[in-house]
Amino acid sequence: MVQEIGLDQLIREHPFFEGFDDAALELIAGCAANERFDAGQYVFREGQPADKFYMVRHGTVALEVRAPGRDSIVLQTCDDGDVMGWSWLVPPFRWKWDARAVKLCRLVSFDGICLRGKLDADPALGYAMYKRFVRVIAERLAHARLQMLDMYGVGKE
Amino acid sequence: MTAKMTAKSSPSTESFIIDPQSLDDLIHALAASGYQVIGPRKEDEAVVYAPLRSAGDLPVGYADEQDGGKYRLVKGRDGVYFDYVVGPQSWKRYLFPPHQKICQMRKQGKVFRIVEETAEPPRYAFFGVRACEIAAMKIQDRVFDNGAFVDPGYVTKRQAAFIVAVNCTRAGGTCFCTSMNTGPRAADGFDLALTEIVEKKRHVFLLEVGSPAGAEIAAKIPHRGAAADDVKVASAAVDKAAKSMGRQMVDEVGPLLKRNLEHARWSEVAKRCLSCANCTMVCPTCFCSTVEDVTDLTGSNAERWRRWDSCFTMDFSYIHGGAVRRETASRYRQWMTHKLSSWFDQFNTSGCVGCGRCITWCPVGIDITEEARAIRESEGRR
Amino acid sequence: MDQAIALKDPMVPAPFRIERVRKELSDTFTIDLVPAERRRAFSFLPGQFNMLYVFGVGEIPVSISGDPADPETIVHTTRAVGTVTNAMWKLGAGQTIGVRGPFGTSWPVEKAEGLDVVIVTGGIGLAPLRPAIYQILSNRAAFGNVCILYGARTPEDILYRKELEKWRGQFDLQVDVTVDYATGRWAGRVGVVTKLVGRGGFDPHQTVALVCGPEIMMRFAVEALAERGVPNERIYVSLERNMKCGIGFCGHCQLGGDFVCKDGPIFGYDQIADRFSIQEL
Repeated sequence: MVQEIGLDQLIREHPFFEGFDDAALELIAGCAANERFDAGQYVFREGQPADKFYMVRHGTVALEVRAPGRDSIVLQTCDDGDVMGWSWLVPPFRWKWDARAVKLCRLVSFDGICLRGKLDADPALGYAMYKRFVRVIAERLAHARLQMLDMYGVGKE
Repeated sequence: MTAKMTAKSSPSTESFIIDPQSLDDLIHALAASGYQVIGPRKEDEAVVYAPLRSAGDLPVGYADEQDGGKYRLVKGRDGVYFDYVVGPQSWKRYLFPPHQKICQMRKQGKVFRIVEETAEPPRYAFFGVRACEIAAMKIQDRVFDNGAFVDPGYVTKRQAAFIVAVNCTRAGGTCFCTSMNTGPRAADGFDLALTEIVEKKRHVFLLEVGSPAGAEIAAKIPHRGAAADDVKVASAAVDKAAKSMGRQMVDEVGPLLKRNLEHARWSEVAKRCLSCANCTMVCPTCFCSTVEDVTDLTGSNAERWRRWDSCFTMDFSYIHGGAVRRETASRYRQWMTHKLSSWFDQFNTSGCVGCGRCITWCPVGIDITEEARAIRESEGRR
Repeated sequence: MDQAIALKDPMVPAPFRIERVRKELSDTFTIDLVPAERRRAFSFLPGQFNMLYVFGVGEIPVSISGDPADPETIVHTTRAVGTVTNAMWKLGAGQTIGVRGPFGTSWPVEKAEGLDVVIVTGGIGLAPLRPAIYQILSNRAAFGNVCILYGARTPEDILYRKELEKWRGQFDLQVDVTVDYATGRWAGRVGVVTKLVGRGGFDPHQTVALVCGPEIMMRFAVEALAERGVPNERIYVSLERNMKCGIGFCGHCQLGGDFVCKDGPIFGYDQIADRFSIQEL
């Protein structure tokens, strides 16, 4: 994996990685790469093997669901600074939905296959990573539930 | 609060003795001065407040037995005028009527205008007002003149009203005015005050003058000077009532209820409460109202009417989506905590005067003093 | 508080004339009013509301959503969800509407001078905030960073969309719009508005937050603001309850010891935080 200049810095400064020691950060940076997606390009698709997770540097990625005969439905968008993708941690390690770049996006991708092995080998590192992802998933769930409430909906006068 | 409404606060400087027959003279003197005299009458087995033509309309010789969910008119002492205490009605039904027209509008084409109506506001003389009822009027004065807005209908009637108070010489079965500091003695807020003196050989009234208007009326009826002894006897009779209150409100009930908004007792009282709203109808300080719109068949005349309402109705409080207080427990809590606690935040006084009507007229006999005590004795229980 | 319409009886409406009714969204409309009798300036503070009366139908509280600096026309935006609003929507220019007001407390725009301002709103909640936004923009230099975070149900439910787009185009304003639900055609954000609080460009320790929308949204928005470190005393919410009078007489709008009509509708969150959490209060 070719390491881009600046990735190190980015990972060090991102709040998601706060608390990792230098060795862990080096390991994670070693699994990272810059990726770019033009508007309309898919970052990943439903059913494909989930072997990465992402961090959005700039841009908007729509997590959406396809259905025949109708426009796709956007569940949520991931924007600047968001960590995207937890299916790489949960068997069967397959993406549950599509992720489409809404506009030109620059993402950092992290090699999930490589990391999965390292997390299994080092439980302390594994625990630290899972702790952070649990927070991401919890926040996603909370937000999804609020969206579900349809709170701007029509009510009685 | 307007100056006139507090004008009756100067302590009486003069006391007189009048004979029972002079009550008739008093009623007629008030009528002759242009007042509509309203006072206690017996109607439908209860003492209500209705127009009085003469002292003969008064329910002489009656007393009442009151308890939780119980009211009976019974025989009192022969010839005694005020052995009963308060009935289901209060003076709010005159000062703040159950139905009042707010305005009338007429529509022509696209435009509508307010129809100007001039009606002479009534000048009432309230005959037989108890100390707790004077306290209730003072409480409602703060509601309808709240510093930002004034209800002109209420204020006009209130300012014009002549008050003949009666000091209670008997405590009613559900009364607790002493623990609310509202009676049984009327300290001020009246034009004239009567205390019935019933002795073996003498039946007279002590008449205290509370205002210049009161002095004017007193001058028109037969009266004689009161001796120091008369004043002492009258005072003792009122003290006797004060010492025989059947119920008591716990101290510091305002903060108590504020700390116990999630107490288990609310659900317990809700099992008994029918949400019938009787308590709010008979309470002399409850002021909630609603507005109804009426049009005629032509569609070109519309009226807005204000009507008494109650926080016990299901959709009394709602936002988009539905009623806020769906459970009876929430609505009961709203009524009781408003009356005894939040009223302090809003108007700097308690909303309760200890008249006991809510206890008497509750069909299942819920007792607000008992509920408060239950919460005090089991504080914090959820 | 000033009452622009001085009436002997505060329960009697003053006749106003409809200048214009226009549709904003599928269920939302804006109505512009001018006084029918005598040309007089109507002054109000941002966040205040009027009681609007439809002849023979009824009266409801509606926030004033126009520019406080414009004394000529009084603008109200509301949803058509009940008898009165549905009847109001069918009225046209020239018809009379009864008006009582302005009532209520206002957004503390002056308290925010020298600080950042974050506005968190959703749905029709933007309407009572628009006068505050106008006031801030007319004195922009007095404030630090200004962020408007707005959430709507779908892209078709974005209120004052053109205005939001215009504000977004200003260099000294951060405007973020998100929707709860969209199809792939939407190129903006999809997600709950509280998520935007986490990334807003404001200093939580030097910020005043103005929050308005459905109560659930406000509750979670306040939580998100608190998580970022904005203290309760600097958060203001606009509450809503049914009203029959607007002046503290009818009793319907009470929340504990406060009347939403005259002690609110704008409250400092620290004033009501304890009551917010008690069910069915």
